Amino acid sequence: MPDHADLTAGVLVIGGGLAGSWAALSAAQQGADVILVDKGYCGTSGVTATAGVGHWYLPPEAREAEVAARTRAGGDLTEPDWMYRTMETAWQRLPELDPYYRWPFRDGQPVRNTSVRGPEYMRVMRARVRRAGVTILDHHPATGLLRHGDGSVAGASGLRLQAGGTWSCRASAVILATGGTAFLSRLLGANNNTADGHLMAAEAGARFSGMEFSCFYTLAAAHSTMTRAFPFMYGTYRDCDGHELPFASFQTGLPMIAKALIRGPVTVVLDRMPRQTRERLPHVQPNFLLPLLRSGIDPFTDPFPVTLRGEGTIRGTGGIALTGPDCEAGVEGLYAAGDVASRQPIVGAASGGGQPNSAWCVASGTWSGRAAARRAAREPAPSTGSDPRRLAHSFVGPGSSAAPGSSSITASGTGTGSISGPGSISGRGRTRGTGSTGGGWTDADTEEVRRIVSRELNDLDKNMFRTGEGLRRSLARLDDLWTQLPARARSGPENPGPENPGSANPGPPGTGRDALRARETAALIAAGRWVLSSAIARPESRGMHHRVDAPDRDPGLTATVRTWGLDEVMTAVEPVREPEAAGRVAS
Amino acid sequence: MIELVIASRCIDCDRCVKVCPTNVFDAVPGGHPVIARQQDCQTCFLCELYCPADALYVGPDCERPEPVDEQAITATDWPQQYRRDSGWGKNRQDHPNDVSYMQHMLPEALAIRAGEDEAPAAGPRGDEAAAR
Repeated sequence: MPDHADLTAGVLVIGGGLAGSWAALSAAQQGADVILVDKGYCGTSGVTATAGVGHWYLPPEAREAEVAARTRAGGDLTEPDWMYRTMETAWQRLPELDPYYRWPFRDGQPVRNTSVRGPEYMRVMRARVRRAGVTILDHHPATGLLRHGDGSVAGASGLRLQAGGTWSCRASAVILATGGTAFLSRLLGANNNTADGHLMAAEAGARFSGMEFSCFYTLAAAHSTMTRAFPFMYGTYRDCDGHELPFASFQTGLPMIAKALIRGPVTVVLDRMPRQTRERLPHVQPNFLLPLLRSGIDPFTDPFPVTLRGEGTIRGTGGIALTGPDCEAGVEGLYAAGDVASRQPIVGAASGGGQPNSAWCVASGTWSGRAAARRAAREPAPSTGSDPRRLAHSFVGPGSSAAPGSSSITASGTGTGSISGPGSISGRGRTRGTGSTGGGWTDADTEEVRRIVSRELNDLDKNMFRTGEGLRRSLARLDDLWTQLPARARSGPENPGPENPGSANPGPPGTGRDALRARETAALIAAGRWVLSSAIARPESRGMHHRVDAPDRDPGLTATVRTWGLDEVMTAVEPVREPEAAGRVAS
Repeated sequence: MIELVIASRCIDCDRCVKVCPTNVFDAVPGGHPVIARQQDCQTCFLCELYCPADALYVGPDCERPEPVDEQAITATDWPQQYRRDSGWGKNRQDHPNDVSYMQHMLPEALAIRAGEDEAPAAGPRGDEAAAR
């Protein structure tokens, strides 16, 4: 039997990217005993580590105009109080990096708002987290939450990829900072972002918002991951017939390139980049040229083929719908920070890529970390002497995890998701018995299942140019995959689900890697079904969400689409700023 | 994808084993780390950045392995390129910290585009999303 590590913490942070590191730091600064687990390595994990990030870093007098512009660009789905709070917290906290991070200087002042070098930023964050006394456990993916009998979160458990075996950690508070997901589009640095946190949260009863806004794409050289896209602004583009595409900006240019890519290969040459910029490019984006030069391409003189990499919910908007100002995830003891949380309140239907998402990581990490530390001081973690199996016994499997209060919601079960306006609710999908273990795809099928999910959520003709019919077809395919889920992928490989409540830590069959892959694949299917259901529930075009069959904005849908559930996926269209109202209507 | 641990350069520090976010390498007692799960490589190049010996080579294609000749690779500057251009390790002292030049590139690119096309140029808000 593999080894098991039995841990206890005041605050457990799951995920060590930008948001998770700010959360762990913030909790430790409040005196909490903090453990941070990362699927990979805190410092290289997450999409910040390969990027050059900007922050929303605006002086108070510039914020009102920014809020107005973002609200307009975001299709009036933003919530200004969240925007102001995010900007203010980022404004307060970023200067704390001054002693550690080598900002570039201009006119004698540090430039803190743009082009922060991702690898260096994350290296600094790791060092700060460690110095604050946080225990970092790398290569420790979490695969399930532990819960008390009353449903509140009691910790988490997962796999030890390098040491072998499993871990569990009892904690007073758990912060999910597992990132968004690009559905394995090969977006730079995003392969680990498989919606694991989304699945764990949904199993505990959390809901999602903005999942339909998951159709932002970024250019890269074909066959490469290199989505450091800004140099493509200087490109000359040609379609498969050799005709030049009139590129003016990413905003107008990307849909045009996408249409041309559906017809055939598109090439670019970065011939419009001035000489002095070419010379400095290696120091501005040190990784941009790596795949090009290694392919024998001089990008300034040789046309080369491009592709578009889907950004899913990363530069999309959707995620866990927060239920309070401290990033509460709707389940007692659980918080969500960074891209795993919905950013609809700060960017609406538009992408938060660029500056808001990074500021959001700083701010949501700060708020959730401090709140989790307060909770830990108030409610000690389950004692080390307690039997972990008692917690394990109370693990609530996904089969019974419909959101709290869902009894008041009618599920149509028709699979069509009829929506008539704010306040209406529909359900779809099939319910499966919780005890079912029969059938299901095996480890040998996992790679193929992952490819199918990736294509349904990334193919340009399916996801960038959406139709109700196409979305329903994709959803039916994912629904089918969900019903064939192997039992161990449903409840977390080392977690005793309802199927085998007697064994606390049986250890996953096969290697840790295979067990993790199965679990990740379940998460990708689940997140894909929330995306597709939400996109079906919004038969209009708004922000990045473009419905070919409904190209105009529907004023009646200036509203939030919420989605939740596993065996049965539910959606509800609710007013943007009064989340309680729809619940009252439903009951 | 990761293609090479260059044996003649590797100093067995196992840093790549530690920092790889997708756990591609395995440490080998008394020997160089090995590429144990190449198919899990996400082609992020970060192992090259962290390698103090310029002993790793990641191929440009993220979709399939492309076996390479070790001697041909060590004749290029590719294994040290990312670390050098980022100013890590011994490159730190003479590295120009001019990443803020991006602030110049954004208006420069917009101006170049605005002058030549019929389509209306987007404001910086629409295009900053790509400026990471």
